[in-house]
Amino acid sequence: MITLFGKIILQLVFSYIATVAFGICTNVPHRALNACGLTGAAGWFVYWLLVQLDLGHMLPNLVGAFVIASVSLFFARMKKIPVIIFNIPSLVPLVPGGVAYRCVRAFVLGNYTQGIGFAIQVMMISGAIAVGFMLAQFVGLRRPVKSD
Amino acid sequence: MNKMSKVGGLMSEQQQSSELLDTCLMAGRIMIESGSEMYRVEDTMNRIAQNAGEKQSITFTTPTGIFMELGDSGAVQIRQITSRTINLEKVEHVNALSREFAAQTINLGQLHQRLASLDRDVPFFPVWLQIIAAALISCTLMIIYGGYWQDFISTAVIGATGYAVFYWVRDRLNISYLNEFLAAFTIGLLALIAVRLHLGRSIDMIIIGGVMPLVPGVPITNAVRDILAGHLLSGIARGMDAIFSVSAIGVGIALIFRFFD
Repeated sequence: MITLFGKIILQLVFSYIATVAFGICTNVPHRALNACGLTGAAGWFVYWLLVQLDLGHMLPNLVGAFVIASVSLFFARMKKIPVIIFNIPSLVPLVPGGVAYRCVRAFVLGNYTQGIGFAIQVMMISGAIAVGFMLAQFVGLRRPVKSD
Repeated sequence: MNKMSKVGGLMSEQQQSSELLDTCLMAGRIMIESGSEMYRVEDTMNRIAQNAGEKQSITFTTPTGIFMELGDSGAVQIRQITSRTINLEKVEHVNALSREFAAQTINLGQLHQRLASLDRDVPFFPVWLQIIAAALISCTLMIIYGGYWQDFISTAVIGATGYAVFYWVRDRLNISYLNEFLAAFTIGLLALIAVRLHLGRSIDMIIIGGVMPLVPGVPITNAVRDILAGHLLSGIARGMDAIFSVSAIGVGIALIFRFFD
């Protein structure tokens, strides 16, 4: 029980740190940094939780992206900052960097079949993230919004 | 008339629309250069034109150039876009200026002036802070991706070094994708050395963590979003850009596996 709790805290804190740090690298305005971290932690946590429940990788990515987009939308309206400023850093933990890396590695070592499998996985994960964002836009449409 | 009072009333109509076009295009150019989505760029440009009293404006935006026409006068201008980075603070500033212009707290001349100064000097976070941030991205992501705690410090150091190389090369040499390639090569080499010297356990996890500050996964996702939003040209252009970055990183890592492992 304690180890589970510790794991959850670890995931939340580390995804928060990673998101804020990426915000620093992409020059996010100071007043948005904290909100960026919260968005990133929320998205990653939902993704991690669903992966722990053994739901594969597509659905967790989709739901994670959906959560990120919705929370970003909330913060964007609250702080009157373009929504993309919260999206970009928060998505970083979800980016399929690990799979992309394995894909390149497989190709270099001559395992082409395996490499193509990883490449398709990268494409499908990117697609799932994009669909998650699209779904969030439907949620955002309900209130008439000025799009800036 | 609203438009006249904002611009000062003394200029000819041609000069007015020329200044308005210049302002809109500058706003658009800054936003694209800083990594904004296409629909926001078009929206902001049209909004500035609208708030300056133009009833109809047509914009056409691509990641390499933007066009705008004002419906009333038929004036058209083009701007070329040569650099594409991510600087979200600039996007935010342009957005804030556009809002101020809509609320009529600044006039067109002031908007133009402030966009120009915004383009010159938006403070970036200091380099040392960015490098520390890169270290944090690398080691925290490595852990939450399921890496080992023994690799924590070496991943942080390697990620920071990789980002420093990335930054330095981008600053000194103006060759596209070379910075990603050299940074990835450095990361791979250092990871290999770290594992050989028993400073780290899993070369895979160290490299994955180390390249995370460089990976253009977000441009890839943005490209898909652009395409889904109907901006086919932008989506394909940005996707291509991202694929080249990924390939540069991949080749950098690949060299390590091919020749040193």
